[in-house]
Amino acid sequence: MPASTDPDAVLSGGDEAGPPPPARATARTGMSWYEASARQRVAALCDAGTFAEFLGPTERRTSPHLPLFDLPRAFDDGIVVGRARLDGKPVLVAAQEGRFMGGAFGEVHGAKLIGLLRAALQVRPAAVLILFDTGGVRLQEANAGETAIAEAMRAIAALRAAGVPVIGLVGGRAGAYGGGGLIAGTCARLAVSESGRISVSGPEVIETNRGAEEFDSRDRALVWRTMGGKHRRLIGGADAFCDDTAAGFRAAALDLIARAPAFDLATLEAEQARLAARIARFGDCRDAAEIWARLGVNDPDAVPAMEAAAFAETVARVEEAHHDAR
Amino acid sequence: MESLTFRHATTKALPGAAPHAITGVVASGNLEILLERVLPPDACEVAVETPIAGYGAVWAAVVADFVARVQPGGLRISINDGGARPDTVSLRLLQGARLMER
Amino acid sequence: MTLAEILASLFPDGHAVRVADGLIGGDGPFAEGQATVIGVDGDTALGVEGALALARAVLDAVRVGDGARSADVDAGSARESARKQGLGAGDDRGAVGNGAKAPILVLVDSDSQRMSRRDELLGLNECLAHLAKALLLADQAGHPTVGLIYGHSAAGAFIATALATRVLAALPGADPSVMDLPSVARVTKLPLDKLQEMAKSTPVFAPGLDNMVATGAVHAVLDPGKPLAGQIRALIAEAAAEDVRDRLGAARGGRPVAQAVAEAVAAAALRG
Repeated sequence: MPASTDPDAVLSGGDEAGPPPPARATARTGMSWYEASARQRVAALCDAGTFAEFLGPTERRTSPHLPLFDLPRAFDDGIVVGRARLDGKPVLVAAQEGRFMGGAFGEVHGAKLIGLLRAALQVRPAAVLILFDTGGVRLQEANAGETAIAEAMRAIAALRAAGVPVIGLVGGRAGAYGGGGLIAGTCARLAVSESGRISVSGPEVIETNRGAEEFDSRDRALVWRTMGGKHRRLIGGADAFCDDTAAGFRAAALDLIARAPAFDLATLEAEQARLAARIARFGDCRDAAEIWARLGVNDPDAVPAMEAAAFAETVARVEEAHHDAR
Repeated sequence: MESLTFRHATTKALPGAAPHAITGVVASGNLEILLERVLPPDACEVAVETPIAGYGAVWAAVVADFVARVQPGGLRISINDGGARPDTVSLRLLQGARLMER
Repeated sequence: MTLAEILASLFPDGHAVRVADGLIGGDGPFAEGQATVIGVDGDTALGVEGALALARAVLDAVRVGDGARSADVDAGSARESARKQGLGAGDDRGAVGNGAKAPILVLVDSDSQRMSRRDELLGLNECLAHLAKALLLADQAGHPTVGLIYGHSAAGAFIATALATRVLAALPGADPSVMDLPSVARVTKLPLDKLQEMAKSTPVFAPGLDNMVATGAVHAVLDPGKPLAGQIRALIAEAAAEDVRDRLGAARGGRPVAQAVAEAVAAAALRG
């Protein structure tokens, strides 16, 4: 049983890209979100003991395709879905496991999310929470994964139009890359931690296609500046920045559920204006630090090392961070 | 993929009431273990799926050691291996048994 | 078929559809009203500016369809800027005779998303998602949204355009993919010849139109020998209210388990 070639290195745009892991706390809700498994995150996020899984591991709904590639399957295909309570209110929850196949969307993985989102239209929970941890599409099941991402976005739009808040939480090892980044962009509200990278093309993908001069994927600081949670929060790409703990994400989720935007023409017109203004103002910037300086951050070079409290003060002074139509 | 199945007789049932538990993640150097209380109290079965062929004897030894130490009567244990080392396998098996004893 | 041939077949009476920097925009007479056309031509990669320009045109169509003209000064000026880029359409579009809203046709021959440091820095995920949301909103507002893939498309660009429509059609020779096989070989560390062999029997991972049809992502392949307008009108008339892609994938064998898994999860959720 020697170490195998890494089976979960698939499109995991920037795996192992984490900052030094935060000091570990032992309390249930104090554990590192980044380090925790999908199951641990769900258990720690929701009210204690309230999570009930749908199509759990004993059902053995595993991928029918991975054996063709001589790859091991997971009993839950890398996603945990079910119902729970959050501060007493009923919610539906989906949590991706970024360590299995980079959290990527395969056929079963995607279908479990789709089933949950479609049911939510009838169940009408207080919110649907998606705990992202994904490199995007699982290449071994690429067509199924890609289609599932499109189905998820359609289902989320329908849910939002029906008034059900869909909240994304991004702080896992694999981030929210590829189609995962597009689903994240479809959610009503997003919470990120420092580790929560959100992008479409991962660093390795850009480097492979365009060369290291365009993007040096080994430059971890560059990856974090360009795609990490702090940059997304500062430019208004996410609505809340939280500590790398379940308690942090729980507090953020509760806050965001209460201020989910409508899904209508006014919201999308406002988002259009927000994004167009961003490109007009920062389109000539080469680096995130230039953007932060232009946003009025006094010492942009200090942002990456900033503690959460100091970062929160910085965010409070940045107008763009509060343009939150999405 | 290689499939291995090991059946053991146990002297007693594993205490506790949990009907099933899961621990670990299928990832490089790691594995997931699903434990289900579905067998007679004097039997234990361990089924392994691993992408690394040719280590049947090592698996047999690790499983036999676990059964001798824990006496996990009544459990069907299913393992999806991601290429874990023997010490990791032992650790996860013990973790899983503890979860079932709750 | 080339874009010019496609447009001629869609709009035999002429149209005002233009291409600028690989982005398609405009409109043309369709059924008893006007159809809005957006899209990507010439294997162009879709970046932040392109996604927003296409979304602008879609939101304009929704606004016109809502009858809420010029209610919003910002939107008005944005529409003006879109028109300068050759993307916006005139304000004279409107409902199709009988109260149905104007269709939005999404024509796609694109590369994948534009892969660059700058695009990611500026939030490409938000811009592509915004375009998809605009199309989904239009659909909710009653505009039939129909994709037509006539060339290549891949990854994020495919998801944000063609896959965000209610009905996706293709022309023979179209080549949608997530990733080409040599790249799949690199990532999966499998030999290319083995992948090519597997691709023959396993539609779930292999690139190409047939496999995307089998997956259910592409609803129908059109006949280039017949007028496209009629074929598109028929697709609109037949379009189901719900998302049928997993059902198609099960029936066609390209996604053997997705529908059953989604239904099992939904059933568990509804069991209260």
